[in-house]
Amino acid sequence: MSSVLFDVPGPRARARNRILGVVGVAALVAAVGYVLYRFYDTGQFDPRRWEWLLYKQVQLDLLQAFQFTMQAFALGAVGALLFGAVFAAGRLSEHAWLRVPATVVVEFFRAIPLVILMFVFYFGTGVSSLVAVVVGLTLYNGSVLAEVFRAGVLALPKGQSEAAYAIGMRKTQAMTNVLLPQSLRAMLPTIVSQLVVLLKDTSLGFLITYNELLRYARVMGSDPNFGRPQIPTAIVVAIIYIALCLLLSWLANYLGRRQQRSKLRPEAAMPAATGKADGEAEPDGLAGPTAPGDRPGKLGAVGD
Amino acid sequence: MDVLLDNSDLYVRGFVTTLQLFALSAVGSLVLGAFLAMLRVSPVPVFRSAGSLYVTVVRNTPLTLVFLFFAFAWNLLEIVRISFFTAAVTALTVYTAAFVCEVFRSGINTVPVGQAEAARAIGLTFGQTLGQIILPQATRSVFPPMVSTLIALLKNTTIAAGFSVFEAGGIRQNLSERGEPVLEGLLWVAAIFVLLVIPLTLLQRALEKRWSVAR
Repeated sequence: MSSVLFDVPGPRARARNRILGVVGVAALVAAVGYVLYRFYDTGQFDPRRWEWLLYKQVQLDLLQAFQFTMQAFALGAVGALLFGAVFAAGRLSEHAWLRVPATVVVEFFRAIPLVILMFVFYFGTGVSSLVAVVVGLTLYNGSVLAEVFRAGVLALPKGQSEAAYAIGMRKTQAMTNVLLPQSLRAMLPTIVSQLVVLLKDTSLGFLITYNELLRYARVMGSDPNFGRPQIPTAIVVAIIYIALCLLLSWLANYLGRRQQRSKLRPEAAMPAATGKADGEAEPDGLAGPTAPGDRPGKLGAVGD
Repeated sequence: MDVLLDNSDLYVRGFVTTLQLFALSAVGSLVLGAFLAMLRVSPVPVFRSAGSLYVTVVRNTPLTLVFLFFAFAWNLLEIVRISFFTAAVTALTVYTAAFVCEVFRSGINTVPVGQAEAARAIGLTFGQTLGQIILPQATRSVFPPMVSTLIALLKNTTIAAGFSVFEAGGIRQNLSERGEPVLEGLLWVAAIFVLLVIPLTLLQRALEKRWSVAR
């Protein structure tokens, strides 16, 4: 492999790399082994600590918690996409009386921590925890998505809209028939990455007593009847979350690759340069392995 | 305004802790992230895979879960006992480092290979290539997304409130114990966050405009 930092290794470098590799593996194995040993030594692998998984009621409860997580995710995703579409349209509007409020709203909700947003609704207005979680997710991720949509439309070459106007289309027609079909394709990977963020953020419901997976892990983990299996429950829930997110990330990656393959029409394949316009790359946003750097020359779509 | 002024002690204490969390984990994640980025671009395949494994796993784990692990589960392992504050800093560092790593790595990737090849062709040493050709170009494209990552870190510190650290996110609880209006108090917290984030966003926009590389 030839990277910008290194020459293609010659025989000596290859030998050295092999030695470094062996040393590295040894160090890694030692570190991971030590942690695993601590797990074992403190009885985390005790059958008693894992017994809870065998009970039917526990499995049903776990399923229920999973359902709650997915419910928040589904509602939040739909809400965020709608919110994003509406406010992106507002931000792209030519009328200042639409554009300015839309900009303020989007910037405002992106600057507030999602936790605080959820607190405001849950403790401040007294709605149910599900509503607080969904509204929080909608407002925050919707604002981020609004920026993604806007950046995607702006990233199209100007000629596209000019040509549409030249053949007599109205603004709405140009948007729905010419600009959106092109930019949506390019934005799809970024949108899915943002959905991964949204999925991860459902776990914030933990803080406002929404009974999702993480809260279930905490409750189950401090149950003395099962020997307080805090670590086993955390492991189980982590596996579920990571599997779900990887699935979504993989989808984002797949879409990204598919779209890069169709570079036949260069302008249609403009990556939604969210990173650029949506300067506030949200770290979570980077969620998918759709790493920015994978497309050389573009700052990544970042995500929080 | 009364809520803010009457309880200014809470707000000051809360936001000072928030800023402490932010500063410590920012430094920590920059260091760890740089190290991970080194692994991810290293010529040794094992290091590369270890780096990407870390990034993949951590980026796909909710931060709240990382918090849960360090706040409630870590001490059960009896390796080193840590306080809730240390747990929060560790969780934020471990989590943010994965994003910092990706920012570094993509920054390096934005530099075309031709730059390094040209540098070598005119006889620059490895150190010169790195220090005078690659890093100066990479820095420009690293800074704006790095600021975004740090903004997100700042906002993420509020999660610590759920794990027994009193910071900005925890102000609410103390307010309701004092019988103050919670909604108003929370809106002040939100407003202060907006004030903290705006200068960072402006800095980022300015850097982006000034440093956008003409290639």
